[in-house]
Amino acid sequence: MRHAMAGTLLLAALLGANIAFGANLAGAEDLAVPVAYLRQEVERPPVLSDLDPVPGDEGVQGARLGLSDDATTGRFLGHDYTLSEVDVPVGGDLLSAAREALAGSRLLLIDAPAADLLRVADLPEAQGALLLNVGAPDDSLRDGDCRANVLHALPSLAMRADALSQFLLVRRWTEVALLAGPFAGDQAWAQALRDSATKFGLSLEDDRPWDFQGDLGRSAQSEIPLLTQDFAEHDVLLVADETGDFGRYVLFNTWEPRPVGGSEGIVPVAWSPVLENWGASQLQSRFADQAGRPMRPKDYAAWTALRAIGEAVTRTGSNDPAALRSYMLSPDFELDGFKGRPLSFRDWDGQLRQPIAIVQPRAMIAMAPFEEFLHQSNELDTLGRDRPESACRAFAP
Amino acid sequence: MSPRIAPALTALALLLATPARAGEMWITNELDDTISVLDTDSFEVLRTIPTGERPRGITFAPDGTVAYVCASDSDAVQVIDAETGEILHDLPSGEDPEQFALAPDGQHLWIANEDDAVTTVVDVSTRRVAAQIDVGIEPEGMAVSPDGSLAITTSETTNMAHWIDTATYEPVANTLVDTRPRDAEFAKDGAELWVSAEIGGTVTVFDVATQAQKTQVTFAIPGVNDDQIQPVGFAFTPDGHTAFVALGPANHVAVVNADTYEVEDYILVGRRVWHLAFDATGGKLFTTNGVSGDVTVIDVEGREAIQTVKVGRFPWGAALRP
Repeated sequence: MRHAMAGTLLLAALLGANIAFGANLAGAEDLAVPVAYLRQEVERPPVLSDLDPVPGDEGVQGARLGLSDDATTGRFLGHDYTLSEVDVPVGGDLLSAAREALAGSRLLLIDAPAADLLRVADLPEAQGALLLNVGAPDDSLRDGDCRANVLHALPSLAMRADALSQFLLVRRWTEVALLAGPFAGDQAWAQALRDSATKFGLSLEDDRPWDFQGDLGRSAQSEIPLLTQDFAEHDVLLVADETGDFGRYVLFNTWEPRPVGGSEGIVPVAWSPVLENWGASQLQSRFADQAGRPMRPKDYAAWTALRAIGEAVTRTGSNDPAALRSYMLSPDFELDGFKGRPLSFRDWDGQLRQPIAIVQPRAMIAMAPFEEFLHQSNELDTLGRDRPESACRAFAP
Repeated sequence: MSPRIAPALTALALLLATPARAGEMWITNELDDTISVLDTDSFEVLRTIPTGERPRGITFAPDGTVAYVCASDSDAVQVIDAETGEILHDLPSGEDPEQFALAPDGQHLWIANEDDAVTTVVDVSTRRVAAQIDVGIEPEGMAVSPDGSLAITTSETTNMAHWIDTATYEPVANTLVDTRPRDAEFAKDGAELWVSAEIGGTVTVFDVATQAQKTQVTFAIPGVNDDQIQPVGFAFTPDGHTAFVALGPANHVAVVNADTYEVEDYILVGRRVWHLAFDATGGKLFTTNGVSGDVTVIDVEGREAIQTVKVGRFPWGAALRP
């Protein structure tokens, strides 16, 4: 037999909780928390290997799990969470879709390239709403292009690059070489790696573009050794290949026996199926049961976005975007992200601060930040743009 | 048999019936699927007992004849003969049992099913499920009040303590606590409920009669980052006046005055300390250190670590065999 929680118990629950629930104390009416997930679909360039297709429901599955986690808490508190999912095809009318979504929900998860995200954030309809970025890693969005109505659940490129740099320094692999792909995502990631190398004092010994044409699956054995033969001496080869095109063929085919990192090999990520500590295996199995596949970084970002909303609603008893934003940016907010430290938002740029896992395909190698890197207020702020470096002014009081 | 030696044999038989065995601390090794049995005086590993997959929570029947072990990945609570170490049978535990509490009647085992958002109550005699109760996501801590009337489940992701009437199996209240609640224990003869919050970094003390928060214990260790101070298991000295709180990756155990709620001391132990249990006299405390794979023995009176004992991989739970 299974005893469901009865609605009449709500009052007892609310009286017991050491929190003011305002209007909801009546216990009769549920607090509606509608959330929308807006996705702008993008063209993906063809890649050399078909081994790892990107799942069509990447991101939104994380949001669904976050919703279900929030709903369980909401069941006890009379908070009713709903999620509407809006997909905009390539070339579709994003702004109309955004207006419609914002009319139904003032809490919006957005999975779109940076330029599209800004167009949505700047809509008159988006003013006073709360947007959570789950798809754009661009540093500019946390810097000069930041918006007061946008928080970032996805870690920035700088956070991931800094995590890798810290790892390389801890391992004393201080001389690095870089091989960067041609796409915008590759170039942005390469630049983040260069900037991070400068920030942490790694020495960039060589920096080359990837311009090889042909099917590497057949010729990696012969081509990659030749390509890397005249690289300047380095301890580790960084590959910027965010579309997953050529990087996989570089491993173990370099002229010198060198570890590979960046987009392949040793990779800094917000989430990976290999995480199992800090209770992560529970989240992994809940996600796999629901989605029928492992959890990816964008799924994790969407999950943290929904959980952050849930945590703020739970603790404030409000569904007002301004109240939730204010609570999320306050020192009281903390979220358990299954990475061993509480997650919280940076109040200068709206970025969710979080540990970054250094992983290989079969195991977690380490979790950044490392204890060797000290910080006056929060060690997590050794990853990405810290308060003094940030050009974001939209969050200033 | 001569009448003269008969009384002597009787005396011998009595001795054999209640052998003066060493005190035994049973430690579950989460990633080795074993239990290490430690001598509470010599601190030696007396024997290693194989279990089901991923053993975590452990407790004994009041008479000490059997141990109950949550074999989480085997989805079972295993009943182990304390004398032989043999697995006698499994109890129907629900999915992924993590922690449990045996009611004072010794009959009802209250089990938190971590992957299933359910608390399962099993009758250990009939081996039947007496009830399943919906709770929050990732139920973890379990406690039953000393008078047996109230059971508590904490849920890690929902951040709540669920108060359940043991007579009706109905929840009577759900109270919010800090982030990622882990253990729940009744104190002061059931007048107080203590709940640790791993990510919140606190122990919340509730007044049981009103279910209202009474106070909160917070921790600070010089040289240790605040977010590494993650309270998990805790245990009260037999006199009830002192609590020892395991602080996870802070690698310390806090000594808390249970009357003033002040932290009086921090004791350095092994890495990622999970749970702890006292020996029969209350003079020694055994802590499980997950990452370093060992057990620290603390001298309770002197409040210092006196010995480290290597056990299996990821020691998790600890229970004294009565």
